[in-house]
Amino acid sequence: MKQERAMIVVGAGEAGTAAAVALRQGGWPGRVILIGSEATLPYERPPLSKGLLTEGEDSGPKFLITAQRLTELAIDYLAGVNVLSIDRATNTVSLQGGELLAYERLLLATGARPRTLGVPVDPECRMVTLRTYADAVAIRQTLRPGCGVVVIGGGFIGLEVAASAVSRGASVTVLEAGPRLLMRAVPASIAERIKAKHLDAGVRIELDATVAGIEAVEEQSLVSLADGRSFPADLVLVGVGAVPNVELAQAAGLAIEKGIAASDTLATSDPDIFTAGDCCSFPHRLYGERMRLEVWRNAWQQGAIAAANMLGLGSAYESVPWFWSDQYDETLQIAGIYSNSDAAINRDLGDKGQICFYLAPDGRLVAACGFGSLATISKDIRIAETMIGRRIRPDADALANPAIAIKSLAS
Amino acid sequence: MTKIGEWVEVCTSDAIAPEEAMRFSHGERSFAIIRSLEGNFFAIDGHCSHEKVHLADGIVDGNIIECPKHFGTFDYRTGEARALPACVDLRRYEIKVDSNVVFIKI
Repeated sequence: MKQERAMIVVGAGEAGTAAAVALRQGGWPGRVILIGSEATLPYERPPLSKGLLTEGEDSGPKFLITAQRLTELAIDYLAGVNVLSIDRATNTVSLQGGELLAYERLLLATGARPRTLGVPVDPECRMVTLRTYADAVAIRQTLRPGCGVVVIGGGFIGLEVAASAVSRGASVTVLEAGPRLLMRAVPASIAERIKAKHLDAGVRIELDATVAGIEAVEEQSLVSLADGRSFPADLVLVGVGAVPNVELAQAAGLAIEKGIAASDTLATSDPDIFTAGDCCSFPHRLYGERMRLEVWRNAWQQGAIAAANMLGLGSAYESVPWFWSDQYDETLQIAGIYSNSDAAINRDLGDKGQICFYLAPDGRLVAACGFGSLATISKDIRIAETMIGRRIRPDADALANPAIAIKSLAS
Repeated sequence: MTKIGEWVEVCTSDAIAPEEAMRFSHGERSFAIIRSLEGNFFAIDGHCSHEKVHLADGIVDGNIIECPKHFGTFDYRTGEARALPACVDLRRYEIKVDSNVVFIKI
């Protein structure tokens, strides 16, 4: 007997879980199967570098959905299961353990994994990356007052862990290969503010610091730089970016470009297979280029859009990219994407923070990056986000003037 | 000490512009006081039911207030959670305006 074809979602992170729920809520009458490689309920990753490391007790992962809700929605959740291959001729996926599942439509929400360092590392070293709850628990167990932590990479993960570790009393050094922190992510003036917060908290920051290798020396790890300096650590955290998990798609012959290549409806080169989240590259209408985003909001929004299109609704993904990071008691929020050809307009809010707006050569607002307290920046970034989506061309002098409300420039 | 169900003064009615929200704390508790575009006042629990983020810092649009951090939304007239990641409803509180002074019943 022919097996009933299901909606199958591979990957139970934000994107996959949002998609599974949306498939059911969108009216799919048949089976919805959500397959996750970790043996827990789907959980939120943002707290792993923040609250989960700093809170007094480990309260466990913050689940995206309860077991009861999965049952109510009749979503078959396969936890701790790896998908080995996709057979596009028969519309089946093969699971670790040999089981074959037939799909009507398939969503690949396989995420990304931490990039490796690419230098010699002694296997005895206590070197970790941060992606999963298990990673966070391992880091948490090492953090105690006086312990030495070396963070390799002055990006968001590295800086969030640095902030969490120093708040737990660890002695923290951040090694960044570039000339400043967050080189590709935020403007220099905001990077300076973030750096100042870390220095105030007692984090040591070394720029232009190229790591040459890590060796185990007695109970510690010794991180050596190309310039000959070395830094001992009880724990080495590597946060040097992530690479998309494209192997399953690639082995099935799907188009790969910066990630699993999708159209703006998130369909891959096979119309029965969709992709969403960190692994997905897609053409963005607002920016006229193919991009891949490793951000929380994009993941669940794309999951929902992919699900709608798996059900044949044909909606394009054109949400403005949006990102946040917590650094101590302040927040960074970025809406949109900017490049070197865009004009930077700074709105200085004094001690409370700043917002940097970016105007394309045609005057269109394309990005806004704010740092400060949530109360100071969040409303204006949210309004800027809607302005970016509506291709508004605001006056540059007005953007720079804190006395003029951003809301008044929104139409 | 405040008794349950007591009316507590919040602010004057011109302190909140239409389609804006204000944080109001009383003792250990915190509330979001919202003024609709039409000028009516509403009150709900101050912190989002998803994470401890104050909703008064979020934007007000129609009948909705949106969490400034993760975009969960609530109908501020009822406290009902309307968009993920918010899925637990908030409490709503009665509001009255007397001689241009806003009161909350807590």
